[in-house]
Amino acid sequence: MDEKIYGWWLPPDVSVHGAKIDQLMSVLHWFMLLLFVGWGVFFVYCLVRFRARPGHVAMYTPVKGIATKYIEAFVVVVEIFLLFGLSTPVWLAYKNNVPDAKKALHVRLVAEQFAWNFQYPGKDGKFGKSDPSLISGDNPLGIDPEDPVGKDDVVTVNNLHLPTNRPVIVDVSSKDVIHSFNIPVLRVKQDTIPGQLVSVWFEATQTGHFELACAQLCGLGHYRMRGDVLIDTPEDFAKWQAENAPPPQEEPAAAAPEKK
Amino acid sequence: MSVEHHNGNGKGHAHADHGHHELPFWRKYVFSVDHKVIGIQYAVTALVFLLFGFSLMMLMRWQLAYPGQPLPVLGKLLGETAMPGGVMAPEFYNQLGAMHGTIMVFLGVVPLAVGGFGNFVVPLQIGAPDMAFPRLNMVSYWAFLPGCILMLSSFLMPGGSAQSGWTSYPPLSDIAPTGQTVWCLAMVLIITSSLLGSINFIVTIVQLRAKGLSFWRLPFFVHAQLVTAFLLLLAFPPLEAATVMQIMDRVAGTSFFLPSGLVVSGEQLKIAGGGSPLLWQHLFWFLAHPEVYVLILPGMGIVAEVIANNTRKPLWGYRLLVYSVIFIGFMSFVVWAHHMFMTGMGTTMSTFFQTTTMIISVPSVVILTCFIMSLYGGNIRFTAPMLFATAFLPMFAIGGLTGLPLGLTASDIYLHDTFYVIGHFHYVVAPGTLFALFAGIYYWFPKATGRQLNDKLGKIHFWLSFVAINFVFMPMFFQGMAGLSRRLYDPTVYAHGRGVQALNVVISWGAWGLAIAQLPFIINFFMSLRAGARVAENPWHSTTLEWAAPSPPGHGNFLTEPVVYREPYEYSVPGKTKDYSPQFQAEG
Repeated sequence: MDEKIYGWWLPPDVSVHGAKIDQLMSVLHWFMLLLFVGWGVFFVYCLVRFRARPGHVAMYTPVKGIATKYIEAFVVVVEIFLLFGLSTPVWLAYKNNVPDAKKALHVRLVAEQFAWNFQYPGKDGKFGKSDPSLISGDNPLGIDPEDPVGKDDVVTVNNLHLPTNRPVIVDVSSKDVIHSFNIPVLRVKQDTIPGQLVSVWFEATQTGHFELACAQLCGLGHYRMRGDVLIDTPEDFAKWQAENAPPPQEEPAAAAPEKK
Repeated sequence: MSVEHHNGNGKGHAHADHGHHELPFWRKYVFSVDHKVIGIQYAVTALVFLLFGFSLMMLMRWQLAYPGQPLPVLGKLLGETAMPGGVMAPEFYNQLGAMHGTIMVFLGVVPLAVGGFGNFVVPLQIGAPDMAFPRLNMVSYWAFLPGCILMLSSFLMPGGSAQSGWTSYPPLSDIAPTGQTVWCLAMVLIITSSLLGSINFIVTIVQLRAKGLSFWRLPFFVHAQLVTAFLLLLAFPPLEAATVMQIMDRVAGTSFFLPSGLVVSGEQLKIAGGGSPLLWQHLFWFLAHPEVYVLILPGMGIVAEVIANNTRKPLWGYRLLVYSVIFIGFMSFVVWAHHMFMTGMGTTMSTFFQTTTMIISVPSVVILTCFIMSLYGGNIRFTAPMLFATAFLPMFAIGGLTGLPLGLTASDIYLHDTFYVIGHFHYVVAPGTLFALFAGIYYWFPKATGRQLNDKLGKIHFWLSFVAINFVFMPMFFQGMAGLSRRLYDPTVYAHGRGVQALNVVISWGAWGLAIAQLPFIINFFMSLRAGARVAENPWHSTTLEWAAPSPPGHGNFLTEPVVYREPYEYSVPGKTKDYSPQFQAEG
């Protein structure tokens, strides 16, 4: 992993949707700096200019607040712009434009104290059934061994393999407490809440080895609930999938055409 | 009890009627019904807890600056369970974190701002002999103190104290060790105490104002306390209910917050299920967002008093300030879900809550503008209280501005639950509210004790604190921008954490430096209590009613019934010989 990419500001963004977030972040911080410096200069000016000294008296009549009205109006206008011009459209576009499930890579995530369990569907593109009562050490996701659809599924722990240039949809949930699925370089964060299934999507633009972090306090091992995000070229990813696919069992063809 | 006041019209003077028979010690100082004694009880208790809560954080800062290294001396003293071999255990780190938050908010800042300053100052500022319900006031303190002691005792429980954060999100808190049950019970007591207090404040401010003290003549501090009391009264009951539900989940086998099919460490939980973890978050934040304003509004009230007094001019935009604070009060009830943007809520909900969040920032901007404009044209005395009140402005500005990227959903995706959040709310509460509270202590200490705090030591206290506290909280914004999650026992597990680890060392030394910066205050406090310069009733040449009473005021507060003749901040009125025209003097 390249440590050098991490400094004192935003790490590089390797996602398709992240540029808009970074842009908002940058606009926001310039706006904040402008306001703070503007206010600060006036504030310091007042403190120096109106310090108590012999012969100086305070003004009883308040100054007319024309400038302040303009400044407050300016702040309101900028906030409206930030809200309806930047943040809301970015958020709505991100939340509503979920990529076509047929083209996307679909992954299921079940978080637990203190690991990330991923389930990749096999060639059929479908997840095998699972049930919390089937969860065991060997079967962290509780996948039903009787379900033919699940025979070709791939399970990884703490390793999220992704291809570049293909949307990825992750269905997140948790089996015990609330965790939060957080990949800083992909500008993705989603709480994983037991009893709730939420989809989150992103599309990587660069290959590399990055970090998946837990962002929600989940117990004594919260700090070490770290995962690896391995982004490959589509070819390398296909190779990884092929290498890790479970060996075909009796009549692999029978599983494919099955309908729900 | 013989010390009842004639509350009917609020003009009663217990003083004259009851003579001066001495109460026994335990009635006068322990189970007192006098608002001033109760205020001081709250304030002293809260100051002790602020120091204690800060100490917990200083311990955590060792682990954050030097992860995995044994803590010299103290590490051994804290025992093998908490710190095996002198190295902090992760579960102990989580206990310290949860208790730091809980203690600072519920046992420190709110009791000092509302219980301490509210109790001591409000009746004096409105010219009342006491609170409307003095015995209720006593009950409220005596529900609070056992709550605090219970909260601390949770450290002695098997498995330690609460360790699921001050927010206590289930299911984690539902399956946590016994300390969490104790946390819940303590919260029930503390909330009950707050509710009793808030009713008392509302009735007192509405009913017991002196003759001539109309709403538009009330000092801004009283307005701030009135809005705060309404927030406490309306926001706390849902949390009290939620806390009782959490107790039921933990001890009675209910599943209010537990969904079906939970598997913890490979074992299926034997519960009914069907509950919702998010229900707790809604109930919790329905309190805890108004609570944020409970933390800040009394501080703003104090800053207004100190600024008016030390600029020697009327507050700029007094009515605007009052309207803003009332507007904040209303709005604070409809912003809570901005703490939950990452839970997967629908876009309609999130758009609503980010819009209300932007709206509530406007009155805060207005308040800050009014304060800064109040400086313009003043004759500013840089006394110790004024230094703290002045510093409040830029510090609160940083806290407020950094709330913007967190309140907007798109940028919150990245910043949610990072150190950026920690930096943001600490700027509001620590160099914000706490500085305001220090300003209040320096300002009203002469009224409470009849003696002045040493100004020079006060200034040393201010400058050291001001420098140190910025070293503590400013680097957190950079850590947050780097993506570092909060509540991590060892941030160096992550590459992006290692990138900002150097800042952790800076923050920790800043925090320890901040502790040293409090020594001049502690020395000053005790020294001035015994040997501070004696003062008359109005040492700051102030205009509001509390300065009409003797310093310290006796039981019943005022020697003669105060009458109010004018607005609260009539400083530097043209044509007068003095630069202040008190509310209580017919001829200013």
